[in-house]
Amino acid sequence: MEEVKVIGFWASPYVYRVTWALNLKGVEYEYQEEDVFNKSDLLLQYNPVHKKVPVFVHGGKRIAESTVILEYIEETWPQNPLLPTDPHARAMARFWTKFGDDKKPDFFGFFKSAGEEQIKAAKEAQECLKILEEHGLEDKKFFDGDKIGMTDLSLGWLAFWLEAMEGAAGVQVLDVNSFPRLHAWIRNLKEVPVIKENHPDQTRLLAYFKWLREMYTKPATT
Amino acid sequence: MEEVKLLGFWPSNFVYRVIWALKLKGVEYDYIEEDVLSNKSELLLQYNPVYKKVPVLVHRGKPIVESCVILEYIEETWPENPLLPEDAHDKAVARFWMQFASPDRSPTFNAFFLLPTAGEEREKTIKDVLETLRTLEEQGLGDKKFFGGDSIGLVDIVHGWLASWFEIIQEMVGVKLLEPNTLPRLLAWVQNFKDAPVIKDNLPDYNELLAHMTRVWS
Repeated sequence: MEEVKVIGFWASPYVYRVTWALNLKGVEYEYQEEDVFNKSDLLLQYNPVHKKVPVFVHGGKRIAESTVILEYIEETWPQNPLLPTDPHARAMARFWTKFGDDKKPDFFGFFKSAGEEQIKAAKEAQECLKILEEHGLEDKKFFDGDKIGMTDLSLGWLAFWLEAMEGAAGVQVLDVNSFPRLHAWIRNLKEVPVIKENHPDQTRLLAYFKWLREMYTKPATT
Repeated sequence: MEEVKLLGFWPSNFVYRVIWALKLKGVEYDYIEEDVLSNKSELLLQYNPVYKKVPVLVHRGKPIVESCVILEYIEETWPENPLLPEDAHDKAVARFWMQFASPDRSPTFNAFFLLPTAGEEREKTIKDVLETLRTLEEQGLGDKKFFGGDSIGLVDIVHGWLASWFEIIQEMVGVKLLEPNTLPRLLAWVQNFKDAPVIKDNLPDYNELLAHMTRVWS
C-alpha cells in the first residue's frame, strides 16, 4: 500500500478537513505536525508556492490546497463518498465550499477588530451566516443531504473554531435564536463518530485564539 | 436535445471561461446577455440569489454559478475533449494552478487594478504582481506550450484573462509586465492561447473592451 502522509498544524481547520476525510474513508495515514510560526525546510520544500499546511503526500507525490486535496481523496478512495452522484448536487456542494472560503475576510473580520469596526464586522459575518442558514443548509440535516459530505467538512470551522474565536474576541455572532438550523447542524456534526473523536481541544484553541487576537489588535508601536 | 443556457455579460472574462469550455467541447447553448451594471433581470436574481452575478449556466432547468464550479460541471457532464488530466495527481496539480492567481481572489491583482500613480505602494504592488506571474510562469507553465500540455485545458481557460483583459489593464495603469525580457514564456503562452482555434473566434473586441474598462474604471 502506498504511503499517505499529512503535514498539518493542530489549530488549522483546513488540515482537519483532510484528516476528517481520510478518517471517514478509513484511509490510514501518517501525521506530521508543523510549527507554522517556525516553518520547517520540509514544508518549504513540499509547498514552495504557498508555504502552508495542509500538504498531502501519497506515494511520494505531493498536493497542496485543502479543497484540491479533498477532490483527490474523493477520487482515489471512492468508498463512503463525500460528494453526491448527481452532477448538479455536486456543483452545489462545490459552490458552498467556495462560498465559505471566499467569504473568509467577512466571516473572520470581527475577530481581528475592536470597537466600532468590530460591531460592523460582526454584522457582516452574520449576513454571511444568514446566507448559509437559509440558502445553503435550508432544512437539510447536513449541507450535502442526509449524511456528512465535503461541504460539511469544509464548513467544519463553524463547529469548533468559530466558538473559540467568539470567546477570544468577546462577541457572539452565531447566536442560537438567529441561527437555529446552523446550531442544529453543529450538534449533528459533532455527533458523527469521526468528528467526535477528532477535533482540536477547545481550551487549547481558545487560548490560541486569545493569543492570536492580541497580535492582531495590538496598537502599532514606533 | 437537452437545453443549455448561459447568462452572461460581454466584457466579463469569467463568462468567457464558460464560453471557451462549452465551445471546446462542442456543446451548443443559448446565450442570454445580462445588463449587470444597471438592470439585472428577474431571471438572474432567481438563478443566482446569493451573488446576483454572471456567468450562470442553466442545464436541465437547474442553474450552476461561479465560473470554476461551472467548469468542473461542464468537464463532468460532457467528457468529450477532456480539459483536465486523467491521472488523479496531475488533475490535483491542475486544480492547484486553477486556484492560483485568480483575479477575483487575489488582493495582489486588485491592488494592481487600482495602482497609484506614484510612491512606495505602487512599486511594491508592481513587484508583487511580477512575482506572482513569475511563479505562474516558472512553476505552473514551465516549458509547456499550454498549462494543459499540448492542448488547452481548464488551467489555460482560468488564466485566459491574461490574454485581453490584463493587456488592457497594463495599458490603463501604464505598466507593462508581459514583455519578452520580463515574462517570455507567459507572453508566448498568451500568444498561443489567442491563436488557438476556438479562442481566436471567441474573444471580445479589443477596442470595445478597452472603451468599456476605461469607462468603468473612471
